[in-house]
Amino acid sequence: MLEIKNLHVKLEDEDKQILKGVDLKVEPGKVHAIMGPNGSGKSTTSYVLAGREGYEVTEGSATLDGEDLFDMEPEERAAAGLFLAFQYPVEIPGVGNMTFLRTAVNSQRKLRGEDELSAGEFLKIVREKAKTLKIDADMLKRPVNVGFSGGEKKRNEILQMAMLEPKVCILDETDSGLDVDAMKLVAEGVNALRDGKRSFVVITHYQRLLDHIKPDYVHIMSNGRIIKSGGPELALEVENNGYTDLLAEQETA
Amino acid sequence: MTRLEMKQRKRDETATRLEGKALPTGAAWATSLRQAALSRVLDMGLPTKRDEYWKWTDPSTLTSAAPTAAELFTNDDKALFSDIDRLKIVFVDGVFDAEASDDLSGEGVNISLLSQALNTDIHWAKDLYGTLETAGQSPVERPLAALNTAFATDGVVIHVTDKVSKPVSILYRHENTTSDAVLHHVVKLDAGAELTLLENGPAAARFNKVMEVDVADGASFHHVRGQGRDHERRAVTHIFARLGKESLFKSFTMTANGILTRNEVVIELTGDDAQAHVGGVCMGDGEFLHDDTVFITHDAERCESRQVFKKVLRNGANGVFQGKILVKEGAQKTDGYQISQSLLLDGDSQFLAKPELEIYADDVICSHGSTTGAIDEAALFYLRSRGVSPQEATDLLTLAFLAEAIEEIAREDIADDVLTRLEAWLARRKG
Ligand SMILES: Nc1ncnc2c1ncn2[C@@H]1O[C@H](COP(=O)(O)OP(=O)(O)OP(=O)(O)O)[C@@H](O)[C@H]1O
Ligand SMILES: [Mg+2]
Repeated sequence: MLEIKNLHVKLEDEDKQILKGVDLKVEPGKVHAIMGPNGSGKSTTSYVLAGREGYEVTEGSATLDGEDLFDMEPEERAAAGLFLAFQYPVEIPGVGNMTFLRTAVNSQRKLRGEDELSAGEFLKIVREKAKTLKIDADMLKRPVNVGFSGGEKKRNEILQMAMLEPKVCILDETDSGLDVDAMKLVAEGVNALRDGKRSFVVITHYQRLLDHIKPDYVHIMSNGRIIKSGGPELALEVENNGYTDLLAEQETA
Repeated sequence: MTRLEMKQRKRDETATRLEGKALPTGAAWATSLRQAALSRVLDMGLPTKRDEYWKWTDPSTLTSAAPTAAELFTNDDKALFSDIDRLKIVFVDGVFDAEASDDLSGEGVNISLLSQALNTDIHWAKDLYGTLETAGQSPVERPLAALNTAFATDGVVIHVTDKVSKPVSILYRHENTTSDAVLHHVVKLDAGAELTLLENGPAAARFNKVMEVDVADGASFHHVRGQGRDHERRAVTHIFARLGKESLFKSFTMTANGILTRNEVVIELTGDDAQAHVGGVCMGDGEFLHDDTVFITHDAERCESRQVFKKVLRNGANGVFQGKILVKEGAQKTDGYQISQSLLLDGDSQFLAKPELEIYADDVICSHGSTTGAIDEAALFYLRSRGVSPQEATDLLTLAFLAEAIEEIAREDIADDVLTRLEAWLARRKG
C-alpha cells in the first residue's frame, strides 16, 4: 500500500513551495485517478515519490508497504515495487531499448536478491509483451526512445511496466499524445496487469482514458493539494464543467 | 627572446642532450638514413612546452635523457586480443622475444625484424624507412619521430603482397620498471593487399614508437591497438600513412591508464577515392594525460576522412585533441569529418581541443565538432527509476557515449573484445 501523508515539497534551490500537504492512500488492487489544472503539482508528486533530485521534502511522509520511501534511493524504490511512467520519457542515445530493459529487470532482481533472467528467458518474455503492445522488433533494437513518436514513447513506458511487474504504478499523463487506438492498447496493457493486488495512480486530464481504465477513486489536485476526492462521477463532472466550480467551492469552503 | 633565439636555444639544448649518444650500427644505407634523421632532430630541436604544438602536453618526460620509472600494474583482465586467431610478435621492454613469438612466416605476407632489415645491404625497407616520417615533418615538425628514426633499435617490417586474413599482432610486454624502448615499424601493402595489424601492451616505462604505412592502390589496412595497463607508463607514438588510389586505412586506438600518452597520426591521401578513418577511445582516471594529435592531408579527389575520438575522464584526468584536416588545392569532392568529445565524470577533469580545417578547394564537405559534457542527469534518473544502480547506469551511459567510436572497428570480434576490456576497466573502479 502507498500512503502519502501531509506531503510538503519545495524546490531545492528556490524558495518555491509546490506541494502543500498532499494526502493519499492507495490500497492494493485499487485504481486512483488524479486530475487537476496545469501546474497544480501532479508530476511533482510523482517525481518526489520516484526520488528525482531537485526537490526538498519539508514536511510529511510517503511509505510503500510501511517502508519510508524518502529513506530509499530511486533504484531501491523501484526494486521495492514503485514504478513511474514518465510524462516525458527520456531519450538515451547509444543505449539499445532491449539492453535498457534487460538491465532494469536484472538490476531489480539483483536488488531483491533474486537470480538474474537468462538472455533466453528474457527475450521470450519481452517479445511476448511487446507483441501485445504492438511494439515491433525494430523499436526494441533502437536506442531508448530516440526518434520514437510520442505514442511510441508512451507504449514503451507501458512495456517497461509490464516487464518490471511493480506493486504500485504511477502513470503520469500516459494518455496524452495517444491516438484512439493507441490509448486502447495502453489501457489494455494496464488492465492486463490488474490482478487484484497491484495498484495504479493514473494522472490524466481526460475522462476518456478512465472509460478504459475504470478508477475506484478520483482526486482533484489544485495548488499543491488534493482538494476533492470522490468516485468516477467526479471525473465526468470535470469533463463537463472544467475546474472552475470545484476551485470556487474550495475557496468558499 | 626572439623566435630565432628560441630556436637556437632549443637546438643547443638538443645538441647537449644528444651529445655522445651513439647511433645503432647497421648497413651503410641504414647508417646514412639514421644520420639524416639525427640531423633533422638537431635542426628542429626536441620539443618543449613552449612549442605551440605541445602547449597542452608537457613533453619534458618524453625528451629527458633517462626515463622516469614506471611501476608495473597487474589485473585479472584477459589481455586484449587473447581470443583472436593471430600471428604474435612479442617485444619485452622493446626487445624482441623470439621464444614468445610465433613463427614469422605467413601467406601473402613477409615479416622480418627491423634490426635484421637495417643490417641487410639490399632490403625493400630502404625506400620507406624514415621516408614517410620525413614527409610528415612539414608543415608541422615532429622531432620525436625523427629521434625515433635515428635511434630505433628494432621493430617489425611487414610487406603485404596479398589479402591476409589472419591478423598480425604485436605485443608489448613491460617487465622492467625503468625501460626505455624505441621501436619503429614499417608496413608496405602492395596494390590490392589487405592486412589487419593489432598492437597492445604497456611496452615500457617510456615508449617511443613510429609506424610508417604505405598503402598502395586498392589496398586496405586495418589497425587496432590497445594501450594501457600500467598507470605510470609514458608513450609517444606516431603513425605516418600514405594512401594510394581507392585504398582504405582504418586505425582505432583504445587507451586505458598511462600517465602520459601522445598519439600522433599523420595521413596523406595521395590517390583519388581513398578513405582514411582514425578513431579512438580513452579512459582516464587520476593522474593521466591523453593526447590525440591528428593531421590529415587531402591531396586527391573524392577522398573521405573521418576522425572520431571519445574520451572519458575522471578524478583529475586530462584529455587533449588537436585535429586538423588540410584540403589541398584540387582535392575536390573531399568529404572530411571530425568529432572529438569528452565525457567528464567529475569537475576535476579537463578536456582541451583544437579542431582545425584548412581548405583550398571549393567543392568539398568538411565538418567538425568538439564537445565536453557530463553524464546526462535526466537519463541517469530515468535508469535509476527503473532500478538500475547509479554505478551501472553511469557505465551504461559511458559505453553509449563511446559507441560511435567503437563502431569504427571493422571486425566485430575485435570490437567485442575492446568492449569487454572497457567494461572491465569500468568495473574495476566500482565501490
Ligand atoms: N524543477 C522545477 N523548477 C521550477 N519550477 C518547477 C520545477 N518543478 C516543478 N515546478 C513548478 O511546480 C508547479 C507544479 O508543476 P507540475 O509539473 O508538478 O504540475 P502538473 O500538475 O504536473 O502540471 P501539468 O498538468 O501541466 O503536467 C509548476 O508551477 C511548475 O512550474
Ligand atoms: Mg505534469
